[in-house]
Amino acid sequence: MLAYLIRRLIQAALILLGVSFITFFLLFVLPADPVRQIAGRSATPETVANIRHQLGLDQPFIVQYWHYLTGLVQGDMGRSYLQKTEVATLIAARLPATLLLMLGAIVAELIMGLTLGIVAAIRRGGALDQSLMITSFVAVSAPQFVVGLLLLYVFAVKLSWFPIGGYGSFSNLVLPALTLGIMGSGWYSRMMRSSMIDVLRSDYIRTARAKGLRRFRVLALHAMPNAILPIIAMIGIDIGIFMSGIVVVESVFGWPGIGQLAWQAIQRVDIPIIMGVTLVSACAIVLGNLLADLITPFIDPRIKLR
Amino acid sequence: MSLMKNILATSALSLSLGLASFASAQDYQPDPNAKPGGNIIVTYKDDVATLDPAIGYDWQNWSMIKSVFDGLMDYVPGTTELRPGLAESYEISDDGTTFTFKLRKGVKFHNGREMTAEDVKYSLDRVTTPATQSPGAGFFGSIKGYDAMADGSATSLEGVTVVDPYTVKIELSRPDATFLHVMALNFASVVPKEAVDEYGTDFGKHPVGTGAFKLSDWTIGQQLVFQKNADYWRSGVPYLDSITFEVGQEPIVALLRLQQGEVDVPGDGIPPAKFNEVMDNPDEAKRVVVGGQLHTGYITLNVQMEPFDKVEVRQAMNMAINKDRIVQMINGRATPANQPLPPSMPGYTKDYEGYPFDQEKAKQMLADAGYPDGFETELYVMNTDPNPRIAQAIQQDLSQIGVKVDIKALAQANVIEAGGTPKTAPMIWSGGMAWIADFPDPSNFYGPILGCAGAVEGGWNWSWYCNEELDAMATEADSITDPAKQDERLQKWSDVYMKVMEDAPWVPVFNENRYTMKSGRMGGADALYVDPVSIPVNYDYVYVTE
Repeated sequence: MLAYLIRRLIQAALILLGVSFITFFLLFVLPADPVRQIAGRSATPETVANIRHQLGLDQPFIVQYWHYLTGLVQGDMGRSYLQKTEVATLIAARLPATLLLMLGAIVAELIMGLTLGIVAAIRRGGALDQSLMITSFVAVSAPQFVVGLLLLYVFAVKLSWFPIGGYGSFSNLVLPALTLGIMGSGWYSRMMRSSMIDVLRSDYIRTARAKGLRRFRVLALHAMPNAILPIIAMIGIDIGIFMSGIVVVESVFGWPGIGQLAWQAIQRVDIPIIMGVTLVSACAIVLGNLLADLITPFIDPRIKLR
Repeated sequence: MSLMKNILATSALSLSLGLASFASAQDYQPDPNAKPGGNIIVTYKDDVATLDPAIGYDWQNWSMIKSVFDGLMDYVPGTTELRPGLAESYEISDDGTTFTFKLRKGVKFHNGREMTAEDVKYSLDRVTTPATQSPGAGFFGSIKGYDAMADGSATSLEGVTVVDPYTVKIELSRPDATFLHVMALNFASVVPKEAVDEYGTDFGKHPVGTGAFKLSDWTIGQQLVFQKNADYWRSGVPYLDSITFEVGQEPIVALLRLQQGEVDVPGDGIPPAKFNEVMDNPDEAKRVVVGGQLHTGYITLNVQMEPFDKVEVRQAMNMAINKDRIVQMINGRATPANQPLPPSMPGYTKDYEGYPFDQEKAKQMLADAGYPDGFETELYVMNTDPNPRIAQAIQQDLSQIGVKVDIKALAQANVIEAGGTPKTAPMIWSGGMAWIADFPDPSNFYGPILGCAGAVEGGWNWSWYCNEELDAMATEADSITDPAKQDERLQKWSDVYMKVMEDAPWVPVFNENRYTMKSGRMGGADALYVDPVSIPVNYDYVYVTE
């Protein structure tokens, strides 16, 4: 187990190194010059050259990358070109909001997804099952920008049940978490449905029914725990999927997380921020996957980590 | 719009005051209905980058910085007319190269210390020293000793002298008719040395100025709060107790919140997709203020690339584009343009008719130039709405004269890069990156975007047009510092732009209007909501009525 963990952590470090190299390289070859974004329109060529030199952007790629990497291992993520602030500060100020949003989205997708999946499994083949599965298909494919604006318009503007965007209280969290969770709930309902159907077919359920237990008891205490466990392990992987969603959802709802930060930085070629957010996201994804793998053997003893 | 034109017509800029002090300058008339107090909420999509006046150079932080800091010169609110700021008066030597500013006494920084001539000198040294990385350093190029600062051989501007605590003398290395405008730029704001030393590179997050408001809270990614400076040296203003800038709000969401009464001014304006809906609703339309702005949208024709190296081809392009239709496409939010300068800019040539829209003639001219079957070319354009749609309209128009256009829609930074790389972009539609003047003077539309200085790698002269004869005329015009010859100077600039039109390196397409929406409780003259130098509004002079 420990050997496995160590091996996985080394792998994780290598993955992050690879991500940092590829991202840095892509930003380097991008036909857009961050110095011109900083210097603005009226800057003289000397000003531009001076800024380029001070930021070290006149050096060869490998030197720039090495500087970035050595800074990074010392915990220095660099300074934003345009915001003139430490990237670590900017990310630290916004990360809690993103984590809260993700937590909200996980809760939302589990509640929606598992409920729908269980209902569909129980009514397998019926009209309810089919309409639920079509709904889940729509949920998976609906663009989050549209879903977000729709929820905002109906529940915040028309019904005034929730505030129009913003951050700070539970009521602010509901709509963005729902938007982000809807896509996942589509996946979860399908997985839950098939998992539940498998379990309902198994011998011990038949035994439980045969000995005369009530239907609800069979479902709630015997079938559900076994059907849910494999799905819980998927949450780790969700984090990766969320990372792409937060950019859109945070923009629509004015949620001050790292997705917004990344989007603004990309538009302005603010390389230190883009690098920082990419690495933090990559960390989250790698850790999420590792966590999912570590949890699995506890859920299903047939699986062993090697 | 008409208001601004009137003001411009009646005042040939305060430059004309010359040796006199400001006695004759027509200053702002206080609004008799203005009530002090209250808080307003302004929203923006993007984070505020910095409030350091030496660094901040986007339209979002430009007006915010104006409210936190002051320079020696300023503008009458809602106009392009210069008025005194921290300077009480000034004198210009006969040769136009020495400016002596008398400072106001008793002006205090937000930290309580009095502002003196030493601070003026320090601030100018700071903005021109390379370590500051100020994008505006080049504006101060006419001050004596600038070159030594730029190459690092000096740590202080030779031309700036502290005569006494309330007098500062600035010597120029050449006459510069725009110098008073330069001193009104944010880059010339006066900052206290001790605060800059204390916060170092983070000064932009902890600004200390002399302005009408001081920063009281900045929660990164969420909001900034400006608090009224009770000791502000201009009496009676600002009216508002505080302003809350909420960032991270999509324009469309900001509009929804405005309609619910939660927001007072959506800083990013009315989203294009909602424009008609807002203007068709009388209740909302009456809260939209329309004004001109110092902006021109244009197509650059790269004169170093075939076939745009032929002037006939460039002229033909000018006649082939249906500008009225393009203006219609953006819901009439602009006025068709026929020359580089926008109409509200001094030096605009009123009686110039421009190239007619005549595709038959254009086709004939192409044939005469040796392209009877047209040619193929590329049009670079920024990839955000409405620019790709405008590019398609241009593409359709040009197909009528046989020119096949391939549209390259890219992110802003990529278009800028292509424009500044030699022989890369044959045509660029400037939308989203277009020139908006730094200060209301015709010279500001020439040097970087039409002059030889800008026609370099990494420059902003994307048509790569370089006419040394015109450069000489421009220099000559800007050497006319005698206030009595102001009209002569503007005429010279008008001549420069007419010559530009003859050579046709651009197709001027339209001058964008500004539409500022506000909540029902916002008060103050309309001109304050389309202030040419403070976008979206002049925070120091607006007020709330409830």
